[in-house]
Amino acid sequence: MQVFPFLVVAWIVIVGLYGLITSRDLIHQIVCLIVVQSSTYVLLLGVGYVTGGVAPYFYDIGRRALAVDPVVQALALTDVVVEAAVTALLLSLAVQAHKRFGTLDPHDLAEFKG
Amino acid sequence: MSQLFPLSVAVPLLVAAGLLAFRPLLRGKRQVRGLVAVAASVSAAVMLLVLTLRTGAGSAYWFAGFHPSGGVAIGIDFTAGPLNAGLACLGAVLMTASLIFAWRYFTQVGTYFHVLMLTFLAGMTGFCLAGDVFDLFVWFELMGVSAYALTAYRPEERGPIQGGLNFAITNSVGAYLSLTGIAMIYGRTGALNMAQISRYVATHPTSGLVVIGFLLIITGLLVKAAIVPFHFWLADAHAVAPTPVCVLFSGVMVELGLYGIARMYWSVFGAALGHRAAISHVFLALGVLTAVVGALYCFRERHVKRLLAFSTISHAGMFLVGFALLTPLGLAGAALAVLAHGFVKGALFLGAGIVLHRLHSVNETYLHGRGKHLRLTGVMFTLAALGLADLPPFGTFLGKGWITDSADAVAGGPWLAAVFCACSVLTAGAVLRVAGGVFYGFGDPPGEDTRMAAEANEEKGESESGRQRTPLTMLVPTGVLVLLGLASGVAALLPRCAAAFESAAARFQDQQAYASLVLGGAHPASPVPLYPQVPADVTAASVITALCSVAGAILLALTALYWRRLPVLRKGYEPGTGLREVIESFQSGVINDYITWLVTGVAALGGILALIIR
Repeated sequence: MQVFPFLVVAWIVIVGLYGLITSRDLIHQIVCLIVVQSSTYVLLLGVGYVTGGVAPYFYDIGRRALAVDPVVQALALTDVVVEAAVTALLLSLAVQAHKRFGTLDPHDLAEFKG
Repeated sequence: MSQLFPLSVAVPLLVAAGLLAFRPLLRGKRQVRGLVAVAASVSAAVMLLVLTLRTGAGSAYWFAGFHPSGGVAIGIDFTAGPLNAGLACLGAVLMTASLIFAWRYFTQVGTYFHVLMLTFLAGMTGFCLAGDVFDLFVWFELMGVSAYALTAYRPEERGPIQGGLNFAITNSVGAYLSLTGIAMIYGRTGALNMAQISRYVATHPTSGLVVIGFLLIITGLLVKAAIVPFHFWLADAHAVAPTPVCVLFSGVMVELGLYGIARMYWSVFGAALGHRAAISHVFLALGVLTAVVGALYCFRERHVKRLLAFSTISHAGMFLVGFALLTPLGLAGAALAVLAHGFVKGALFLGAGIVLHRLHSVNETYLHGRGKHLRLTGVMFTLAALGLADLPPFGTFLGKGWITDSADAVAGGPWLAAVFCACSVLTAGAVLRVAGGVFYGFGDPPGEDTRMAAEANEEKGESESGRQRTPLTMLVPTGVLVLLGLASGVAALLPRCAAAFESAAARFQDQQAYASLVLGGAHPASPVPLYPQVPADVTAASVITALCSVAGAILLALTALYWRRLPVLRKGYEPGTGLREVIESFQSGVINDYITWLVTGVAALGGILALIIR
């Protein structure tokens, strides 16, 4: 198990959270949210990686062959689907916000809270 | 019987898909859509009720028959016990009530409303029954995405977009941190099934990675459960979501976050973390902080939906205290309190919805004395408010009573009973103040407040206008929820029922029993209990506490209504002036601030846990 992928994960999370906290533009903020989520892809794939392992198609590589973990790939794929749904919804809300208020700055939008 | 597990999730999902697929046929047939949605929700409630009553000792279902082999989970499972199936059942009952309420509520209701409500229900049910941490995350997100969309259901208005965005971004960050935790735990244990993870972490030395994984997993759940300092999104979302949706948000969604934390602790990480008193104290502190902060914000609020939202935060804190005591009686009390609070708070939100429907405002200042002709609504709202004040025999009284009894036995804390009493007085006092002012015209007419007057006119578009009578479809669900709140308390007075609550809680806390239920294998028939059993009784102390809080709440409400006549307060005092800016700056509505609090909270909690565990 290598340390490097996990350092990358920590870096991506920190960068994403930093962006979320400092951003003054909703679209940018949503992209930062995607960045935070992207860290989970790297983490999942890093967790399942096996040095020297091959793709886990046990049909033609033999049952005892060294393969990477197929479970994390399924998890990452599900994760992508979740992200697509959340991002689409958030972006549509951002479009509505821009139509209504003419601004995408979260500080200005806070004026309109219910 | 075992078919009920998949069906309770599949029925709402399939009906939602069907409603979408046949959308062209159903255009304009609003009654048909409503009826189909209510039928799906009722059938889910019935199935979950059967699961609640029939799975006394717990029961596991493996999808497609992939049973575990040699203690290793191969497939995906649903597990049901009285507590988690009961919570899902509460969700389905509240869903039914709010779907019936919504029948005549909206000016125009699209198919999407029913579809989103049903996927929301499926998400909640799946979250309760999931026996696998990754599935837990997926159901969490299904529930979340439906909830975000429902919050912003009326995007033509100003508030919902902002509230929906706050809700979605804050909760998503929490969920992704949870997923990070899940991935870390999977990397360490090679398992996603809760029982299998628990067996691994219980038999291996606890490493820092496991603690960090636990912390990250519960982060998303803490955000959902609105525990201070992760709670900021809740008031913004509840204030703007359509009122029938608020019933579900307050009545069950917040509690689902707490259930998730309890499940993670009791079924997965408890033994590894060692059931230390220090961990109990950390969660107790969080719970007390949340209860107090929520109650204080609740009392100074004038926007009725926002006020009820802060009262939910306060109650979430009290439920967390019940869980954090780590005793069976505390957990049983929290379970009963969640049940009764769900009914009572649902009735309060529906009452606020009727007020909004008839009077087109939820602003207490504007509404003063204008609701006198809504007599029945007023009576139901007041009754529910008294239920919130722990009036015996409402279930909230006995639930909180059990928690404080248990606190006496364990932490030796009469001060916890005092905190509970104070928070109940503040939240229920605020709600009773609303009831007295709006429905009975008690108190002095409030002074003109320009900001309030501007806000008062905002909520118009949500509901039909020009109706002279409150439709029965609105009154009946409200009344039924009040009665259910009463019935839950009366039922819990029976010794048999109280014992059932406590034994269900004790079984929920038995980690080995859960593992052997799911994976098979030996299990000691009667494990040594961690804490001495305290029988779930109606003690004199709990009755006195409850009566004190009812009396205190009524007194506080009257004081709040008539304070201008008190000589001490007559001049120079306006409530909430001096500190208004400071207090409101916390609840700023800026997403960036909320994320900052979230990160700070996680870091602080991590630091404390690291200090304790080392």
